[in-house]
Amino acid sequence: MTGLGMLRKLAMLLALVLALGTVLPGPVLAVQPDEMLDDPALEARARELSKGLRCLVCQNENIDDSNASLARDLRLMVRERLVAGDSDEEVVAFLVDRYGEFVLLQPTTGGWNWLLWAAGPLLFVLAVVTGGIYIRNRSRAAPATEAGLTPEEKARLEEILRG
Amino acid sequence: MITELGHFALILAFLVACVQAVVPMVGAQKRWPGWMAVAEPAATAQFLLVLLSFAALTHAFVTSDFSLRLVVMNSHSAKPMLYKISGVWGNHEGSMLLWVLILALFGAMAAWFGGNLPPSLRARVLGIQAMVGVAFYAFILFTSNPFLRLAVPPFDGQDLNPLLQDPGLAFHPPFLYLGYVGLSICFSFAAAALIEGRVDAAWGRWVRPWTLLSWVFLTIGIALGSWWAYYELGWGGFWFWDPVENASFMPWLLAAALLHSAIVVEKREALKSWTMLLAILAFSFSLIGTFIVRSGVLTSVHAFATDPERGVFILAILVIFTGGSLTLYAARAGVMQAKGVFGVVSRESALVANNILLAVACFVVFVGTLWPLVAEMLFQRKLSVGAPFFNMAFTPFMVLLGLLLPIGSMLSWKRGKLGVIFRRLVPAMLLALAVAGLFWTIQTGRSLMGPIGLALGTWLVAGSVTDILSRIGQSRDYRRLLRLPRADWGKAVAHAGLGVCMAGIAGLMAWQQEDIRVAQLGEPFTVGAYEIELQDVQRVQGPNYFSTMGEVAVREDGREIAHLYPEKRDYPVAKMPTTEAAIDYRFLRDVYVVIGDQQTAGGWTMRVYIKPLANWIWGGAILMALGGLLSLSDRRFRVAAGARKTVPARGVPAE
Repeated sequence: MTGLGMLRKLAMLLALVLALGTVLPGPVLAVQPDEMLDDPALEARARELSKGLRCLVCQNENIDDSNASLARDLRLMVRERLVAGDSDEEVVAFLVDRYGEFVLLQPTTGGWNWLLWAAGPLLFVLAVVTGGIYIRNRSRAAPATEAGLTPEEKARLEEILRG
Repeated sequence: MITELGHFALILAFLVACVQAVVPMVGAQKRWPGWMAVAEPAATAQFLLVLLSFAALTHAFVTSDFSLRLVVMNSHSAKPMLYKISGVWGNHEGSMLLWVLILALFGAMAAWFGGNLPPSLRARVLGIQAMVGVAFYAFILFTSNPFLRLAVPPFDGQDLNPLLQDPGLAFHPPFLYLGYVGLSICFSFAAAALIEGRVDAAWGRWVRPWTLLSWVFLTIGIALGSWWAYYELGWGGFWFWDPVENASFMPWLLAAALLHSAIVVEKREALKSWTMLLAILAFSFSLIGTFIVRSGVLTSVHAFATDPERGVFILAILVIFTGGSLTLYAARAGVMQAKGVFGVVSRESALVANNILLAVACFVVFVGTLWPLVAEMLFQRKLSVGAPFFNMAFTPFMVLLGLLLPIGSMLSWKRGKLGVIFRRLVPAMLLALAVAGLFWTIQTGRSLMGPIGLALGTWLVAGSVTDILSRIGQSRDYRRLLRLPRADWGKAVAHAGLGVCMAGIAGLMAWQQEDIRVAQLGEPFTVGAYEIELQDVQRVQGPNYFSTMGEVAVREDGREIAHLYPEKRDYPVAKMPTTEAAIDYRFLRDVYVVIGDQQTAGGWTMRVYIKPLANWIWGGAILMALGGLLSLSDRRFRVAAGARKTVPARGVPAE
């Protein structure tokens, strides 16, 4: 992204904020009424998209919940793209283009990320197999003898187990 | 003067811990009773010294002693007393002091209540507990000393982060630490048993109450934190899959697995080696959590000390203890022989399944939490792993757990009969299906999450009821219910609590309603079945904040059911605003009202949410904790009190 493009973008956002600008100074609180689109279907899509996008300056918050002004800018950007007729995928691609995949709260499956997604299922399969083998061995094993205990230890164990 | 005493006491505690870490261990190795006996008084002395040190720091906070750097940075003379006290642990240094206080407390408790342990095992447990202590005393004294003075004390402090000035959060850290650090005892028990080379049923019996206690504290701590997030952060989120939340959730999952597998060790002398590993891992995850919170390697809402030097120190502690104990485990695990023999369909197998699901779920959280770090270091990709990932990757294992739980918990030991269990559970199953069908028809066209979650919850609650009823057998003598062991009740209550919690989460996520608008004074509007009216907005002054307080009437069918006062507060000293949502709590739903900014064109921004079943989430957590406590109060754990009495043999034990 060129510096000029960024500047134009900011100017446009500023204009948008000023045009809508009814907010008094103070922290903005998540989604504001003035941001919301009149078309409920579009607004619903915007909300859904916002929940999957990370507020870049916040700590692990999505832009829908965040109070940061950057989150507001991103929310406006999402709505602006939706009004311009972008599909959900195009909006997300637009933001990823600008801010990198850091903006996605749900990581893609591309590259090594398949490992992230597969880690749980893979370990689960492994654990089920291991557990299965263990259980099978246990069900076939002969009962072990109590050779390891001295008589007084045995008595003590009895006493404790009776609790 | 008192401050210096506190500092001195902490240094003394460090030295006592050094002695306690060496002398009893040598004594246990050489079988010298005198050396082993050092452990007990040392553990008590250590605890008293840290307690003194903690009291000194608390004194400084309570009296607002602004010659102390920590007090200046985290307190203010106008702060309410409760938050002056909670300010002690609302910061890095003070919370570490609380950490070691609890560590020493658990060490001392093991010394006080460990009278029935073999002397060498007790000496080793206390020795290892002291080793962990030494590491953390050194960490505090060398990198995070809370007792540093300022040469020129200011007139007043900089106040505590206002988000932390809240009753829910005042008690969240102590509970969480009691849980985290409580697992250190399980760790010490595991390491000591590995050194001894002996793990038997008695070991399972000794370690289980500690696990249970830690798990109960973790449950309460996590629930408090989640409840706080719900009412304080202003939109009613209850879980964010934030790295630090995950850091507390991972030990919780492993502690849950451990307290179940310890039953198998205790009852059947099987799964010993795995239980040992779990005990080591559970505490290691507590250490990982400490590392994540205090090193700043992962960005998080909670991280309060992002200092690389401290991070490296904790990483070293983590590597030494986890690495050391795992090496020990690798060397000694072979000597542990499984004794119990059981069929494929049995309680033992069900508990293996429980452990697999909990451990894999924990692993998913672990990988997801650390993946951004891995991706950045290995693949130069800066990415996020957020809630959508965890919801998708974690939930299936919990659903599976919920589905299997009622069946598994009713199977008998050694060899169970599935047919019998299924027949008993038919009513529960039908009820769950009916609930699913009912809500599926009511909600038409929305996601499956709501019906599935509620059905799962019903299945778990009804399954627990079936389980407890099956204990009285065919006799239908309901008085016998009262005479059942408390552990049986604990099991049923905790499992039902899990069901209530699952239903709450699903209900809230599936059916929440939301309304965001500019509300004009005296102009009612409708949200769902309710009519909301902003009646008045006033400026109010609190002890250390200014507030904009709205007055909101909530009506249902024209009748006023609640009068709410949502606030927006400004803390001038900390220069931070907070939102204080006003919530009308009800059994089936919460009405959650937030007031925002005044608009130039008139009116105020308002956000109103209807949150179905929200309370069930914390209600479920309370039930789980209660179940744990019931089980803990079971007579078989009060070994000292009941040792001489003979307890009649019982059918099935609880978990």
